[in-house]
Amino acid sequence: MTHRVVLPGSTMAERSAASIADPEMQRALRNLDQRLHTARAVGEHHADWKDRVAAIRRETLADLDGWLERLQQKLESLGVTVHRAATPADARAVVLEIAQREGVRSVVKSKSMATEEIDLGDALTAAGITVVETDLGEYIVQIADERPSHMITPAIHKTLEQITEVLSREAGEHLPVEREALAAWARDHLRRCFLEADMGVTGANFVAADTGTIVVVTNEGNGRFCTSLPRIQVTVMPVEKVIPRFDDLGVLLPVLTMSATGQAMSNYLSMVTGPRREGEQDGPEQLHVIFLDHNRTALLGTPYEEMLACIRCGACLNVCPVYRRVGGHAYDAVYSGPMGKILTPLLSAGEEGTDLPYASSLCGACTEACPVEIPLADLLVRLRSDLRTPGSPATATAPDRTSATTRAPTHTRLPGEGFAWPEANAPLGARGAGKRTVRRTGFRTWGRVWASPTGYRASSGAGRLLARVLGRNGWAKRVPGLGGWTTSRDLPLPAAKSFRARWAERDAKESGW
Amino acid sequence: MPTVALFVTCLADQVYPDTGVSTVRLLEAAGCEVVFPEAQSCCGQPAINSGEPEAARRLAQRFVEVFEPFDAIVSPSGSCSGTVHHWYSRLVGESWRARAEAVAARTFELSQYLVDVLGAVDVGARVHETVTVHDACHGLRNLGVSGQPRALLRAAGATILEMSESETCCGFGGTFAVKHGEISGPLADDKLRHAAGTRAGYLVSTDGACLMHLAGRQRRTGVGPIPMHLADFLVRGLP
Repeated sequence: MTHRVVLPGSTMAERSAASIADPEMQRALRNLDQRLHTARAVGEHHADWKDRVAAIRRETLADLDGWLERLQQKLESLGVTVHRAATPADARAVVLEIAQREGVRSVVKSKSMATEEIDLGDALTAAGITVVETDLGEYIVQIADERPSHMITPAIHKTLEQITEVLSREAGEHLPVEREALAAWARDHLRRCFLEADMGVTGANFVAADTGTIVVVTNEGNGRFCTSLPRIQVTVMPVEKVIPRFDDLGVLLPVLTMSATGQAMSNYLSMVTGPRREGEQDGPEQLHVIFLDHNRTALLGTPYEEMLACIRCGACLNVCPVYRRVGGHAYDAVYSGPMGKILTPLLSAGEEGTDLPYASSLCGACTEACPVEIPLADLLVRLRSDLRTPGSPATATAPDRTSATTRAPTHTRLPGEGFAWPEANAPLGARGAGKRTVRRTGFRTWGRVWASPTGYRASSGAGRLLARVLGRNGWAKRVPGLGGWTTSRDLPLPAAKSFRARWAERDAKESGW
Repeated sequence: MPTVALFVTCLADQVYPDTGVSTVRLLEAAGCEVVFPEAQSCCGQPAINSGEPEAARRLAQRFVEVFEPFDAIVSPSGSCSGTVHHWYSRLVGESWRARAEAVAARTFELSQYLVDVLGAVDVGARVHETVTVHDACHGLRNLGVSGQPRALLRAAGATILEMSESETCCGFGGTFAVKHGEISGPLADDKLRHAAGTRAGYLVSTDGACLMHLAGRQRRTGVGPIPMHLADFLVRGLP
C-alpha cells in the first residue's frame, strides 16, 4: 500500500509528540469533546439494541461464507456484477479495468474507508482519471493532500481557519471564515462534479443478503448523488459488511448513527437494490460490487474474528484518551484509534503498525464504548504477545483465494469472556529477535524470582539499595533506562522500610497500628 | 469478626507502605481481623500487559496458592484486584482455572469490600476536607468501583467536588507511561487540570499507580490538588 504519510519512517511515539506539540491540532481536536458520550447513550438507553446488534454481527461471522454466497446470488439476480478481491491490488485492478473499458474520465466518491484501505483515489488519479471526494470532510482532506484522520469526521484535525485556507486556495478566492459560506461554496462546486461524473464509487455501511440492498449512510446527501447520477456505480465492500436480513437494519442503523454522532438517524440514507430498471428515471446502468477480503477471512476462527464485527462508528476513537490527544494522523494508518491499532497490524498480517498496540494505556474506554461489544482492550493485550510470535493468528495470511472460508476455531473460547491465552508461547520471530528474546527472558526471570518469597525479598532489598543512589527525599529526577518516565515526571523511590517489614515489626510487638 | 487477607500489592509494599498500613487500619476499624500472607508478591499485570503471559502465569498461580485459604482477599488497588478478576481464569491454564475463578470471586478492592460486602460505609473516620475523585480505569471498568469510594468519603464528612471527565484515564497505563511518555505526560496534565478546576484540596483515587504518576507530574508543574490514596485520606480521620 502506498500511504500519504505524515512523517515518513517515523514511529507512533514521534508522530504523537509532534501532534501534541502542534497547538492548532490540539485546538481542532477539542471538537471531539462533544462526541465523548455518544456511545454511552446507546448503552444507557438501548442496552437491548446493543445486545441485539452484537448478536447479529456474531451470527453473520459464524457463517460469513454462507451469507456472502447468498448475497452474491441475490445481487447477480438483480443484474449486479460481483467481483471478489483477495487483496487491495486486486480490488484496484477491478475498478481500473471497469473504468478503462467504459471510458471513464471522472469519478465521484462517497465517503468510504474501504476505498482508503485500497488507496483507490491515488490509483485512479495515476491512471489519468479525475477523482473527487464528495463528503465535505473528505473533500477538504483530499484537496489538502492529506488522509482522513477520523473515520466519521475526516477533517476533525483541522481548525475552521485551516479549512477556510484550504478551500480558498481551491476556490481561487478568499472565502469567509464561516461554516455556512464554506459549505455553500463546496456544495456548488461539488454539484457540478456530480453532473459530470461517469462513475460513482461508494463503500457500504451494510449490504443485506436477503434483498441485495446496499446501504450508504451520509449526513450530506452526497451518497445519493453518487448512486443516482453517474452511469456506472462501483461499491467496494469489505466482506464483513454483509448482514443477513434487510430487517436487521432496524437496529443496526440507529445503533450505528447514535454511536457515531449521537443522531437517532442520519440525515440521508441511500439504499440501492440493483442497477436502473426499465422505466426508472435514475440510478446507474451498471452496478459493480467488489467483495474485499484483504486478510479478513484469515481472522475467522481466531480471537481477532471479533474485529470483523466492527461497524465503523468511530465511538472507540471518540472516547480514547490517546486518540483525543494525538489525532488520527499520528497512527499513520488508514484506520486510527483503538480499532485501528488492532486492525492495521492484522490486515497486513503483522507487517504494518506493529508498534501501534503499545500506544494504549489499556484504560478500557474503547471496550466500554463499543456498541458491538468487541473486547478491544483485551485484543490489544493479546496482540502485544501475538505479534512477536510467528504462526500466531495475528501474523497469519489468508491463503491466496478469492472466497472466504470459515475456519475451525484455533483458540479456546471461554463463556462470555472471549479468548483464553494459549498455554505456552511459541518461539519468538526472527525479525528483531535479539531484543525481544532479551525482553522475554527478562520477564520470565522476573516471573520466576517474584513467584518465590525469598527471590521477591532479595530483589526488593536490592532495589532499595539502588534507590539510595538514584535520588533524595524519596524521589528521583532521572533514572537510567526510564527516560520515558522522567522526561515529564519525577519517579518515587522505594520506601526506606517495606510494608512487609513494618508488618513483621508490628507482629513482633503484638500491637496495632 | 471477618478475617481478611491483605493483598498489599507490590507497589504499596515497596513504594507506598503507608497505604498498606492505612488499609489495615481501615479494615480493622470496620471490625475485620487482618492477616498478611507473606509469600505474596505481584499479581503479574506488568507481564500480561507487556504480552508475556508465561511470566504472568507463574505469578498468577502463585497468587492462587497463597490466597486460596482465605474467605476474603482485599487490596488497596482496583487495578491489581481487577487483574485477578479479568485475566486469571484465561491465564492460569485449564488445570488451574476453577481454583483461580474461586479465588477471584473472593478478591476485592478496598472500598468495594467495605461498602458492598461489609456494608461499612461509615468506618468512623472524620475528614472534613474537600476532595475530587479520579475513577481509576481498571477498578471502574473491571470491578465497577465508582460509587463506593464516594460513599466512604461522604460518610466521613468530606465534600466531594466532581471534576469533569473523572472517568477518563490519567495516562498511567503501566509500561505505556514509559514507552509513550510523550502521551502519558500530557494526559496527566489533563487530569490535574480538571482536578484543579474543582478547587478541591485533595485528589483522591483507589489506585497507587495512578497517584504515583500524577504526583510525579505535579512535582514538575505544581498544578492540581494533593494526590492521595483513598485509604490514606480516610485514615487521617480515624479516632
